Amino acid sequence: MATANIEVSETPLVLYALRRADDALILGHRLSEWCGHAPMLEEDMALSNIALDLIGQARELYSYAAKAEGGDNDEDKLAYLRDVRQYRNLLLVEQPNGDFAQTLVRQFFYSAFADLYWRAMMTSRDTTLAAIAAKSEKESAYHLRHASEWLIRLGDGTDESHARAQAAIDHLWAFTGEMFAVDDGARGLIHAGIAVDPGPLRGRWLQTITDVVSEATLVLPQNDWMQQGGRAGRHSEHLGHLLSELQSIQRTFPGLTW
Amino acid sequence: MVSVLERDSELRRRAWDAAASVVDPEIPVLTIADLGVLRDVVVDGDHVEVAITPTYSGCPAMNMIALEIEIALERAGFHHPTVRTVLSPAWTTDWMSEEGRQKLRAYGIAPPQAASSRRALFGAQAVACPQCGSENTELLSEFGSTSCKALWRCRSCREPFDYFKCH
Repeated sequence: MATANIEVSETPLVLYALRRADDALILGHRLSEWCGHAPMLEEDMALSNIALDLIGQARELYSYAAKAEGGDNDEDKLAYLRDVRQYRNLLLVEQPNGDFAQTLVRQFFYSAFADLYWRAMMTSRDTTLAAIAAKSEKESAYHLRHASEWLIRLGDGTDESHARAQAAIDHLWAFTGEMFAVDDGARGLIHAGIAVDPGPLRGRWLQTITDVVSEATLVLPQNDWMQQGGRAGRHSEHLGHLLSELQSIQRTFPGLTW
Repeated sequence: MVSVLERDSELRRRAWDAAASVVDPEIPVLTIADLGVLRDVVVDGDHVEVAITPTYSGCPAMNMIALEIEIALERAGFHHPTVRTVLSPAWTTDWMSEEGRQKLRAYGIAPPQAASSRRALFGAQAVACPQCGSENTELLSEFGSTSCKALWRCRSCREPFDYFKCH
């Protein structure tokens, strides 16, 4: 592509904000792919609304990461001028939309996590992160409710919808472990009271997931082998395709603005 | 003779009134003061700074509102005003004025209900129809025509209506 990638000085704090921002942007972009294609008009609006919330969260987090970095980068450069290996999002959020069940299960796993995560981050000693969390928590509560209700409808629906929902759970399960992993850089921020330790959230996350999945007459897989790599920039082949679409305008017309 | 303090408070009142006249582009019966989006107006010499708090993270109306505030202040004679976004404390529908709630209902949008839980599944809320007042209503979609609204239907008068979500 025409425009060179930016360089990012990934201090622990910059990396921490980028990971959160990349999760929100990539999942928001995935959901926006449904715009005009959802099974019904109400759902088209719902998925686009959730996408907007997520992209709004990403903007706040990118702006904060740029400020923490203190250089020439800004929210747009961070979103549009980093390549696949520089992205730090979870593998879960970059997985393709698949059918409606796969989109909803991906959303369900992430929203159940994000809802707990933002609530925990509201007490961060970093006031900007706490403020972003307070805003995002209100949104994630709706996102989780939306996904939970749909999962119950699909699982406890027809044979076809049940089978598709179960297949989506089985397929995406191995990407959920990464949400609770912590590396050394993040550990320092956790000790400083700035970052959230996701480890202790896993029990409550599993409880939420189990309650909804069993009400949906579905089952969670027994295997606990988990795929990781997204947080370190090792992504599935899907992210490159997503970024080529997301970044094409800025890469073709550098610096273009509305 | 007018003291400096009186002059400043008069200026601030004029600046506040100008900013407070800006309406939500999606719900034009509500001003940003009704919504609780307008948080503060600071006059320093000839410069005015307006603080606003966004409703939803991705609400596209916020850029429009910031632009409209600048235009309103320029028209009122305040040059090169600035608009600052304040994230904390996070905006809540509790900040909406009583007058704002009445305007919403008259406009055909059910105002937010403070007691409703954001985490209860399958509609533990009861929302009264803004057209006929009946509480025999049902949720059609959690997400409506804008970020802040859900789509409901009245089972009594059969009219669909927007509900301003509690936030």
